[in-house]
Amino acid sequence: MNKHFEERLFVGLMLASLAFIVGVLILILATVLIKGLPALNLAMLTQTPRGGYYLGKEGGILNAITGSLALAGGATLLSCLMALPVVLYLQVFAKNARLVELARLSLDVLWGVPSIVYGAFGFTLLLFLGLRASLLGGIIALALLELPILVRAMEEVMLMIPFDLKEASYALGATRLETSLRVVLRQAAPGLFTALLLAFGRAIGDAAAVLFTAGYTDRLPTSLLRPVASLPLAVFFQLGTPVPEVRERAYASALVLTVIILIISLGARLLSRRLTKYMIR
Amino acid sequence: MTGQRTRWRLRLDRLAGRVMAGMTIFAASLVLLIGLGLLARSRPLLDIQPLGELLTASTWRPLRGEFGFLPFIVGTLWVTGLGMVLAVPPCLLSAIYLAEYAPRRVRDAAKTLIDLLAGIPSVVFGLWGILVVVPIIRDFVTPWANTYLGFIPLLRSDNPTGYGVLAGSIVLAVMIFPIIISVIEEVLRAVPDGLREAALALGATRWQMVKGVVLRRSLPGVIAAIVLGFSRAFGETMAVMMVVGNVPQLPRSLFDAAYPLPALIANNYGEMMSIPLYDAALLAAALVLLLIVLLFTIVARLMLLRAVRRAT
Repeated sequence: MNKHFEERLFVGLMLASLAFIVGVLILILATVLIKGLPALNLAMLTQTPRGGYYLGKEGGILNAITGSLALAGGATLLSCLMALPVVLYLQVFAKNARLVELARLSLDVLWGVPSIVYGAFGFTLLLFLGLRASLLGGIIALALLELPILVRAMEEVMLMIPFDLKEASYALGATRLETSLRVVLRQAAPGLFTALLLAFGRAIGDAAAVLFTAGYTDRLPTSLLRPVASLPLAVFFQLGTPVPEVRERAYASALVLTVIILIISLGARLLSRRLTKYMIR
Repeated sequence: MTGQRTRWRLRLDRLAGRVMAGMTIFAASLVLLIGLGLLARSRPLLDIQPLGELLTASTWRPLRGEFGFLPFIVGTLWVTGLGMVLAVPPCLLSAIYLAEYAPRRVRDAAKTLIDLLAGIPSVVFGLWGILVVVPIIRDFVTPWANTYLGFIPLLRSDNPTGYGVLAGSIVLAVMIFPIIISVIEEVLRAVPDGLREAALALGATRWQMVKGVVLRRSLPGVIAAIVLGFSRAFGETMAVMMVVGNVPQLPRSLFDAAYPLPALIANNYGEMMSIPLYDAALLAAALVLLLIVLLFTIVARLMLLRAVRRAT
């Protein structure tokens, strides 16, 4: 085969695959938009399900929207509290090389653990603590799901900090903690914030982890110990009914969820571009 | 006075160090904790039937206390395997284009789009599967395959619904496009430019350079990307569950319904507390998933390590 013919053949194949992949991904967005938009109205966003909602009567998915925000917000907060010390240990404090190695391996494994396993583990944890499916249970399961994502993303941010900066701080007599808080964290803040937003996006879209642990309810979230609704499960449950009106609401709920996630993810990108302007390089 | 202040600062520093080491130990032992938690809960069943027996038994009748995981494991392998077959070639080609050929602007635009779409939640992929993939398979692919390819057992269909292995693996393939592309692209770009220039200077075309130098050099990384995609794919629950049919059988054709392990867990959480040993069986299934991930991660790590050692 002529090498120039081969070249053109493979470039053609590459362009075709890229066009195919981008096309399919855009098709998914288009499907959600086309199916969801007609079913979306103000009542969907501002009301909770009323009597007969699941037979096609009035109501909305405010319970799921607020529930999802509470779940993902709580989980991101909790996960951040767990991830920050780990990242600082790995990057600043680490003395015990074996512990660092072990933690990295464990986090790698956790990164690949399917969300349904976090759900199942969260469920055993709830049984162990004598609780039932609740906002707290969902937050714990999602926080564990977010932990490896957050640690990995935060570590990448911290690796970009010039080592000289830390050395300068130590040379001025600052302790490791002071260096961590006043130099490393401040320098990494924009990147850390982006990491938090991305983890939030992962948590809000996850259904399998909250299936066992958060339950579902038609009420707004009020207490950590009560069940709470979530958008992915709202899509799933409404899609499972035979009533056409309710199925259409599933499309609308999927649209709401997708829009929330795209806004978060776009926002994270724009913010990080904006905030990195003020970093010392 | 300064002495006291310094002592206080140092004490605080040591305390913070301990807290952070403690959190890191917690993170390091989390895999073990999850494993032990699941093991403790699945003990009632594992005491009666050892794990090896559960994995190879093929009847699933919870009411009679028969919990065979084989159909679910085979279902998982079918859907994930076919999904990988569908996903890897276009992803590899696209990644090569983005890393080696695309002008900067095209690459940035494509990467941003792909990254954004990586965040789409799995229920939305499942919804797309139900609305687009399943009808296409039901109305076009299945009749066509039955007419023209029906003599191949693998492609014969007696399942007219469209929900099955093929639908599940298509949805799965699309879901893992973003992660495979972005990892492979990064791996390819890490190949030093000097090697490329040397190949081009010898008169190779770009494709010859990619084939003979870039791909050969980055093969371990490409394999790691594929393993990563695989471990992401086989645990995917919701999207697959929505389109795969969920019939506990050993699928014999691409169009047969299957029932992957994660779907089994997710589908039965409601009734699992009311049937004896059911919850133990489902949590044992979760334990199996965890063990597979553990195995995969460690194998991928060792492979990468060996590849790196050989390269240097």
